[in-house]
Amino acid sequence: MIDLSTLQMALRALARNKMRSGLTMLGIIIGVAAVIVMVAIGEGAKYAVQNQIASMGSNLLVVFPGTTTQGGVRHGWGSMSTMTIDDVEAIARECPAVRMSAPGVRSVAQAVSQSQNWSTSLQGTTPEYFEIRNWPFRSGESFGYGDVAAMANVCVLGATAADKLFGSEDPVGLVVRIKNLPFRVAGVLEPKGQSVMGSDQDDTIVIPYTTLQRKVLGISHLNMIFVSAVSQSDTAVASEQVTSLLRQRHRIQLYQEDDFSIRNLSDVASTAAATSSVMTLLLASIAGVSLLVGGIGVMNIMLVSVTERTREIGIRMAVGALAREIMGQFLVESVVLALLGGSIGILVGIGGARAISAMAKWPTLISPASIALAFAFSAAVGIFFGLYPARKASQLDPIDSLRYE
Amino acid sequence: MDRRVVVRTRSLSKDYHLGDTVVHALRGVTLDIHGAEFVAVMGASGSGKSTFVNILGCLDRPTRGSYELDGQDVSELTPNDRAVVRKTRIGFVFQGFNLLQRTTALENVEMPLHYARVPAKERRARATALLAAVGLADRAHHFPSQLSGGQQQRIAIARALVNKPTLILADEPTGNLDSRTSVEIIEILQRLSDEEGMTIVLITHEEDIARFAQRQVLFRDGRIKADRPVDRRASAAEVLRALPPEDEEEQA
Repeated sequence: MIDLSTLQMALRALARNKMRSGLTMLGIIIGVAAVIVMVAIGEGAKYAVQNQIASMGSNLLVVFPGTTTQGGVRHGWGSMSTMTIDDVEAIARECPAVRMSAPGVRSVAQAVSQSQNWSTSLQGTTPEYFEIRNWPFRSGESFGYGDVAAMANVCVLGATAADKLFGSEDPVGLVVRIKNLPFRVAGVLEPKGQSVMGSDQDDTIVIPYTTLQRKVLGISHLNMIFVSAVSQSDTAVASEQVTSLLRQRHRIQLYQEDDFSIRNLSDVASTAAATSSVMTLLLASIAGVSLLVGGIGVMNIMLVSVTERTREIGIRMAVGALAREIMGQFLVESVVLALLGGSIGILVGIGGARAISAMAKWPTLISPASIALAFAFSAAVGIFFGLYPARKASQLDPIDSLRYE
Repeated sequence: MDRRVVVRTRSLSKDYHLGDTVVHALRGVTLDIHGAEFVAVMGASGSGKSTFVNILGCLDRPTRGSYELDGQDVSELTPNDRAVVRKTRIGFVFQGFNLLQRTTALENVEMPLHYARVPAKERRARATALLAAVGLADRAHHFPSQLSGGQQQRIAIARALVNKPTLILADEPTGNLDSRTSVEIIEILQRLSDEEGMTIVLITHEEDIARFAQRQVLFRDGRIKADRPVDRRASAAEVLRALPPEDEEEQA
């Protein structure tokens, strides 16, 4: 029924009243463009959050020691000193859902270079740490396993620490003094930016955990264990396996509480991702409302058009147009209006999203799915809002229509 | 004359309900119109002639009585089937021309063929040929607003003919035209009747125009008051020749 000549007829009818067709399309154009831009902003935000999640490390779990109670005073998480390097090795060896693990010993120290000094956090660990945290090197390289075994005085600088201590100079091979011990700089890490919690992850100095434990702090326990699960979906399983392994190793009875706690940072991250999804949905539905308004504009104009063209409808009926052919003609007109508006709206939307990216520095992401959706939605708007006017046209009485002035 | 009966009505009646009152627009009209006849239907307004023509044109259906067009009873058809009858057998010419505005002459003539599913190439060929037949080959791409009333009515005649109908219904076709142009339009209709054997029903209230028909049917109060052949039928072509030559006013 909707053949080429019906389409030609619709295009001709729309071309006859360019100004009005254009203004009607404008409603759809704005609606579709708004949907595209809003979804692009939402998706961009989600993408940024996902990047941040990836920057924390791949499928990261962090194990903290439990609390201790002394004379009724309960110390916080991390006050227990039951976690050892043997736990780290056992986790990597015995938990199938764990890809690798690394120890963590934390401290704060004043670092001194030849010209500057800077208070920063000290992180003692093994070379696995950089891999678990997905942290590439800007220059130089990691300290090695030999350095860990030998309690060597080598360090890797975070980007912020490197800048504060050495400015623009490449510090690889230079010496930093920490707690009066000279440390050779083996490498500098790429900047990672803020953590999900908002602290600067790059303001750190990483050294072998053995060096920190023995030479600096004089302790033998760990402050944390970094665990990398085999995949994102395995983090929960890995967490269970680590829990049961550590309970067993620490000889914890059934009725006793864990002497450690596991934080699954991807939980925090997925909450953030879910928040940005909600934002996308919210933005898209606000934009959807404007598309709806555009659709009502189409209906309005089609109704005016049907009234105005009553005589034309009468003539067409007199020469034998069937009711459904009249209906089809008006429906095609509204769908063509909506699709034409939708196509222009998609182009405007893509341009708008790019402009926002460029000017406001917001990340935007235009997905083919959102374009397809906008296109399908505008076709649906054309059909839905065109149906009533088209039906009205098809039900006109030919005798009355021919006399209509 | 062809003895085939194109229009056969029997006791055709039409009632309109206006609130509580019933208006009897037609009160039993029985009439036969044969092939190639040129009939003038006359009557004052309110005589029922418009109602009669609407029923003949399958735009409306009778309340009682029967109407056979070309041997087929069309009085009980659904609106959809009536549209099919209009498309295939009837050509309309209206007083107000009823052309589509901002649509070229050629496209206006082609329009009915669109609904008859005629392929584009043939549509164009048939419409072009008919425009030439009514003398408007050079006006094919003009809009109605650029043409005179007489030219517009000739386009309307071409449109009425394009589906090769069995019956032409011309409803006051000269009502909006000056007398010379009126005769020109009637001349085309006469030619169609005499040369092509087209059956034509011409609705008019002007005696002057009705004298060009072969037969006059006079309506009054919903009934046929008189039905008589035209004794000395006027020839539009001759009348035109007798008129003083035209000073190209139509070209203005």
